[in-house]
Amino acid sequence: MLKLDQVNKIFNESTPDEKVALDQINLHLQPGDFVTVIGSNGAGKSTMMNMISGALTPDFGSIYIDNKDVTRLAEFKRSKMIGRVFQDPMSGTAPTMTIEENLAMAYSRNRRRSLHRGVDKKRKDLFRTSLETLHLNLENRMTANVGLLSGGERQALSLLMATFTQPSILLLDEHTAALDPSRAELITDLTKRLVEKDQLTTLMVTHNMQQALDLGNRLIMMDKGQIILEVEEEQKQHLTIAKLMDEFQRIRGEQLTSDAALLSV
Amino acid sequence: MFSAVFGSVEQGIIYAIMALGVYLTFRVLDFPDLTVDGSFVTGAAVAATMIVFDYHPLVATLTAILVGFFAGCITGLLHTKGKINPLLSGILMMIALYSINLRIMGLTSENSVGRPNIPLLNSETIFSKFQGFWSNLGIDETINGFLAGLGLEHLPTTWGTVVLMILVVVIIKFIADWFLQTEVGLAIRATGDNKKMIRSFSANTDTLVILGLGISNALVAFAGSLIAQYGKFADNGMGIGMIIIGLASVIIGEAIFGTKTIFRTTLAVVIGAVIYRIVLGLSLRVKILDSGDMKLITAVIVIAALIIPQILEKRREKARKAKRQAKRMAMKSSQGGHSVVEAGSSQ
Repeated sequence: MLKLDQVNKIFNESTPDEKVALDQINLHLQPGDFVTVIGSNGAGKSTMMNMISGALTPDFGSIYIDNKDVTRLAEFKRSKMIGRVFQDPMSGTAPTMTIEENLAMAYSRNRRRSLHRGVDKKRKDLFRTSLETLHLNLENRMTANVGLLSGGERQALSLLMATFTQPSILLLDEHTAALDPSRAELITDLTKRLVEKDQLTTLMVTHNMQQALDLGNRLIMMDKGQIILEVEEEQKQHLTIAKLMDEFQRIRGEQLTSDAALLSV
Repeated sequence: MFSAVFGSVEQGIIYAIMALGVYLTFRVLDFPDLTVDGSFVTGAAVAATMIVFDYHPLVATLTAILVGFFAGCITGLLHTKGKINPLLSGILMMIALYSINLRIMGLTSENSVGRPNIPLLNSETIFSKFQGFWSNLGIDETINGFLAGLGLEHLPTTWGTVVLMILVVVIIKFIADWFLQTEVGLAIRATGDNKKMIRSFSANTDTLVILGLGISNALVAFAGSLIAQYGKFADNGMGIGMIIIGLASVIIGEAIFGTKTIFRTTLAVVIGAVIYRIVLGLSLRVKILDSGDMKLITAVIVIAALIIPQILEKRREKARKAKRQAKRMAMKSSQGGHSVVEAGSSQ
């Protein structure tokens, strides 16, 4: 479904600021896989996401989606197959446009945009039924501008929009990090529900270890541009935060520090 | 007085087409496009040149629209593919068009390559063609007869121009409203709102920016070609400050009518263009002001339209706050001076 083959990325090459962001990354997702990605800041998680979505191109290596080499495919073309939710709730929606217009744009993702009316009667009904599944009463505010929604509501809408056309890959980049704990929980539940409904192949970056353990069937840990730990389905069910921390210490010979540890509870 | 306002309305409605173009780039695409100063003249130059060569005015106008579209597309290409800052790509195109416009008008003179202006005094224009059809209907006499009955003097010679232009502008307005609701239109609006988002929904933002700029400058060139035919001359200096006039129309309209829906905003822009012309026309009737002061007056109008709404909003906010504070004080005193803050309700 998704395959990263020897992907490399170096920023600011041959300057004092040189940074190896991704170092020989290999990753293979089967259809229906839900992989959570953890690791401290600067581990290369976001770079990997941007590489898959096409916002960045690798220096070396290839990326395959649905067995198609997409390494050089432009971001906007690739996004036909990829649904994305960003960390910043402002990023995933157009604030001065209405809820139904935002959904209409999501609806057009894998179609050719034409001079057809974006929101017609038939689509409106479809949008309403989808919004009802969020249980946020958004179905009664469809003509309200998205800018008026709270961060949690926006993120729920982003998630719905990202999954609307059942993309081949769903990329979630710390999409609950900017929300308060109760909202984050709501979005986490929603993520679970939407991914399960369509059996979406998902890659989720998170700083919250508990979330990484609760969601998904596989887990990978990244550090300094490498994947240092891969946990498969059966092992993952028995994994705890303490075990994860021990594992990190065993591999790296140092304490897992920084925000990853702080945010683990 | 009446005839002065009438003239302003006539012109204002033509300029409204340009204002809609400016609205499309400045507001919808969030792209301050200075190409306008050049493409307005391009429209005028193309139409005037073709009319001199005895093309049908309608063909001349349509060609002007097309050329304006291309000019806008080039600005878009400079910005998206050449990665040049939006303001700078517009300025570059504007300055390039200055020379191109001289060349276009130069086609009409045999002994020089460039030409700064073309008079159209005895040529057929869209308006004179329409007049031929209109005057047979006898509507002018009816309206003027009615108005004369009300005691008005200095009545306009014809209502044809204003009726034709209102028709054209209303059609363009409704096409714009419809277009901005289509799938492509939604994507263009989102490009101005949140590029990252719409790109993640497989829209090619580069193409959309180019398309948007093309349509906008097509409208601007259309207005230019009509102003040339209305004023019966094309001049290389007629585009100076056009972007500011467009902005003035957009800002005045939005300040008065608001931006709640697309339908309302485009209507606001059209009426804003007319109001701007009326204000300008009236201020030029003040004895000490000269037509050379027009640009200064324009600047003052725009500054006023930008600042006055802010002051009003601040006042309103203050009044609202004071009212709420008074209410809170009243409630406090009725509770016996205790205000209870609940702690621990949020984490």
